[in-house]
Amino acid sequence: MLAHLINGISLGSIYAIIALGYTMVYGIAKMLNFAHGDVIMVGGYVSFCSMMYLGFPAPLAVLLAMIVCTTLGITIERLAYKPLRSATSLAVLITAIGMSYFLQNAALIIWGANPKAFPNMFKDIEAIEFAGARISPVALVAIVANVIIMVALTLFTSRTKVGKAMRAVSEDKGAATLMGINVNFTISLTFAIGSGLAAIAGVLLCTAYPTLMPTTGSMPGIKAFTAAVFGGIGSIPGAMIGGILLGVIEIFARAYISSELADAIVFGVLIVVLIFRPTGLLGKQIHEKV
Amino acid sequence: MSKSPEVKLVNVPSPNFVPEKDLGKPLVLEAAHLGIDFGGLVAVDEFNIGIGATEICGLIGPNGAGKTTIFNLLTKVYEPTRGTIMLGGKDTHNLTPVQVNQMGIARTFQNIRLFDKLTVEENVKIGLHNHMGYHTLAGVFRLPNYWSEEKKAHERALELLDIFGMADLANVTADSLPYGAQRRLEIVRALATGPKLLLLDEPAAGMNPSETEELMNNIRKIRDEFQIAVLLIEHDMNLVMGICESIVVLNFGRIIAKGTPSQIQGNPQVIEAYLGTHRG
Repeated sequence: MLAHLINGISLGSIYAIIALGYTMVYGIAKMLNFAHGDVIMVGGYVSFCSMMYLGFPAPLAVLLAMIVCTTLGITIERLAYKPLRSATSLAVLITAIGMSYFLQNAALIIWGANPKAFPNMFKDIEAIEFAGARISPVALVAIVANVIIMVALTLFTSRTKVGKAMRAVSEDKGAATLMGINVNFTISLTFAIGSGLAAIAGVLLCTAYPTLMPTTGSMPGIKAFTAAVFGGIGSIPGAMIGGILLGVIEIFARAYISSELADAIVFGVLIVVLIFRPTGLLGKQIHEKV
Repeated sequence: MSKSPEVKLVNVPSPNFVPEKDLGKPLVLEAAHLGIDFGGLVAVDEFNIGIGATEICGLIGPNGAGKTTIFNLLTKVYEPTRGTIMLGGKDTHNLTPVQVNQMGIARTFQNIRLFDKLTVEENVKIGLHNHMGYHTLAGVFRLPNYWSEEKKAHERALELLDIFGMADLANVTADSLPYGAQRRLEIVRALATGPKLLLLDEPAAGMNPSETEELMNNIRKIRDEFQIAVLLIEHDMNLVMGICESIVVLNFGRIIAKGTPSQIQGNPQVIEAYLGTHRG
């Protein structure tokens, strides 16, 4: 029971880190970046290659993955989304889906279709016994990483000038521009942060579930998107709560109900929540003016 | 190397006038032959204006005359179809709203556009954004320079809020302020960007007479303290006639009259624009 709970929180932490990328980009650029899940996959491959082929130690591999993903995120935004800044949201959405397929197929060409076995970077560390439950090191690292990221991000958005500028842009781009805020820089920065976090999530995900394929990112990506909507899209604490709840529900459903039905149950819970709280758990209620 | 030809420069008589006190100081804003078309519609045409360094100028006209469009042109929300806008002697052709803001033009909005979920102080700090001299990374790692700059910004924000006696409201969110206070906060936020020209779009809208009276005093106070120019759009004629040194009247996108408040009050064209023609 306790072991399931901890595993659920751990899986949920990974979802939460991914969900942050969705929620921040949505909050600031008002778009759903469906290519976000595939940036996770790229992060997985980059760290895999740098450990297996270049012999990098794990921390350096993670750092390299973060640098590559951050650059990738900024590049995707510049090339694919920036020209559509004033286009309809549907056009941007279709472009994001296209970008997602592009990344998957590029990975297919570069790394091939065969699944790669991701090395366990914690293989020398024993699983920890806690109140009769065995906790794997990666589960612990995921939870700790999530907490650190949440605290750092909250401090960043509430206490620094660029963080405040991000919140201002998310509320009113036009007014922010006229107060001298560079909206393009703010959006680029959001993509950079989201993609850097995606790299961390990618490494954690591949360590916990060590098969790496070009489609590795898509299912966790969709679940993290669900988590972001669940918690209230646009809200950073919402992503955290949504992610963890989703992880816990998934693990419990898999353990006690049916492993085949686990995903269906996860999405079922989302539907029920959205019926009663259409803006998610922490989403702001929008009052229609009459 | 050949010597450049000698050219004799002569003064071109400007169609603009400024208050006597601003003579000799460069104009803060000079727009010439300014115009914009939306599709086939000529929204603004032949708009000429010169604003002195510490002048308070009123822009009035019936609804739909193009007053807010002029503000959008001056702040480069729209790129003009025709004409030039000089800010402090520099042409603003092809510049962005962010660039002209940094050159010294700031504005408020007809329909209040504060950052509702940010606190009053944070709203002012958005205005101070380009005056805080620390790098994004210094903010991430909280280097000493981050703390000192944030502290300076905090003090400056409170100082600016104090102009309107709002320093004690620094920590409430903007959307919880009463209407009049929201309008005042918009002015403070615009002032925080360090403008030489402040554009106020209907600052007294929705205010009662005593609030309007206070606002008039505050606009004068801001002008005197910061030594800046103010261009304001307003329908409240008591305010316009009470504080503006010059008035520009717009109708159907064109200037129909310019002058001092007393000249405008007696101008038959202005009366006609507001009240319609007299039919005998």
